[in-house]
Amino acid sequence: MAAIEILGLEKTYSVGFWRKRPKLALKPLHLAVEEGEIFGFLGPNGAGKTTTLKMLMGLVYPSGGSARILGKAINDPEMKAQIGFLPEQPYFYDYLTGRELLEYYGQLSGLSGKDRSRRVGDMLNRVGLRDAADVQLRKFSKGMLQRIGIAQSILHDPRVVVFDEPMSGLDPMGRREVRDLMEQLKHEGKTVFFSTHILADAEALCDRVAIIHLGELHRVGAVAEITSDLCARVELVWPGKTVPASMKALGAECRVSGDTVRAVISKANQDAALEVLRRERLHLVSLTPVRASLEEYFVAQLNPNGVAAGARA
Amino acid sequence: MSPRIIHIALNTFREAVRDRVLYNLIAFALLMSGGAVLVGQISIDIERLVVINLGLTAVSLFGVVIAIFIGIGLVSKEIERRTLYTVLSRPVHRWEFIAGKFFGLAGTLVVNTLLMAAGVFVALWYVSPHLQKSDVWLLVALYFIVLQFLVITSLALLFSSFSSPLLSAVFAFSLFAIGSFAEDLRGFAGMTHGVERWLATAAAYLVPNISALNVISQVAHEQPVSGQLALYNTGYALFYSAMALCGAVLIFERRDLK
Repeated sequence: MAAIEILGLEKTYSVGFWRKRPKLALKPLHLAVEEGEIFGFLGPNGAGKTTTLKMLMGLVYPSGGSARILGKAINDPEMKAQIGFLPEQPYFYDYLTGRELLEYYGQLSGLSGKDRSRRVGDMLNRVGLRDAADVQLRKFSKGMLQRIGIAQSILHDPRVVVFDEPMSGLDPMGRREVRDLMEQLKHEGKTVFFSTHILADAEALCDRVAIIHLGELHRVGAVAEITSDLCARVELVWPGKTVPASMKALGAECRVSGDTVRAVISKANQDAALEVLRRERLHLVSLTPVRASLEEYFVAQLNPNGVAAGARA
Repeated sequence: MSPRIIHIALNTFREAVRDRVLYNLIAFALLMSGGAVLVGQISIDIERLVVINLGLTAVSLFGVVIAIFIGIGLVSKEIERRTLYTVLSRPVHRWEFIAGKFFGLAGTLVVNTLLMAAGVFVALWYVSPHLQKSDVWLLVALYFIVLQFLVITSLALLFSSFSSPLLSAVFAFSLFAIGSFAEDLRGFAGMTHGVERWLATAAAYLVPNISALNVISQVAHEQPVSGQLALYNTGYALFYSAMALCGAVLIFERRDLK
């Protein structure tokens, strides 16, 4: 059974004060997130990621389609006992202390007295806020707020965790901590569904990703699978400082560093490049395939005008 | 009552009692009660009347200010600050959230009223150390003031469910002001004819009848309040508040939290 099953979910907002006009936020979206995987929901700002997550959480009503989480409809409040949610740039009741906030959320999640207190203590330890447990949230830094946000989302031991831009605005250490925590959650058997526009995080973490742009789904799959669609390239390395003109003519991106030349060239021109090296009596040191990054995929597939090049659902 | 409503209500109460503005308003109301003693001393033979009138009016006015000031932000502030997202992503129904917020603020207002009323009784004791039989009507007047607060809180919550805090404050204060003359509005409706009569009657019955809930002057003059009026006012305030809350729930249930 899929942990999250999205069946044609779509959203159109009405904008304007006097003359309402429709604004499409999400075209019918079909997506399935399997249990136990870390799934990245990627796309530039305004792509429709947050709208999708809000519909899953029942904060925004879909204009069409449906979705199920752990086999239950998203408008079933009892299903939410099995879900943890961290909104984008979370803001919490700043008059509460960290402990009081978690106690409150524990009560709303239906945790009973003793169990709740134990879990609150455990969670404060887990996110490194034990010493700040009795400090009011208005004195928390942004990183601490993100940590208490994560704590509240997993306090009730949910089976599915949904994070909206969990690394946004965090420093490198904070991002690393969040990544580690997400991996721990996966090891505990939980399903992690998170949105991000920080592609390096998605590459480092995700079993699978979905790419969305202008409210439309473009690709779903493993990162390697998606990036393999890009024109495959190889890197050639040889000693010396000589870069033959015929190598440049093949479209190679050459870089001389010290006594080594590195040239990146499309795989289609690999044989021709090797022939050039042989003809120029240059000795090949290594030939390695270059793996494209998600960032390169974004640049290649989603052009600045927002029209996808070679898009495939 | 659902335990979730109780938890939301307790958290709303906690938010209110940790707000410094609330204490400023209570302190101001107590100051007015103290001021009533001074005014009473220059009003020969009517000290009690002045203290009761000024004291209870202060309790009522400052309570209404607190009800509107806090009530208008109960929903809109939660949406604006996105604190609502982590509440509604839990097994909490939207109507439970509205009910919890209402009971939380209502509880806050009851506690505030008790505090401010204690100030009035101290002032009263200062000008007239002996309790009188008619003092019991002060409690009835205070009870009616609490009923006023319930009505105003539910209206503030209704407006808060669909408009900004500023507009909600304007709407709620306007209705309170018009409602304070509801009896006059009904009298005016009786004097008109045709379509105007229908419109004036509808408006007169739509605005909260705050004037019926105000017996301060009556009790200050040591006049009794009938049990029938108490019963009618209780039923009216509960019904009006319930209707306003139903409206708030209906709007909030359909609202997208963008």
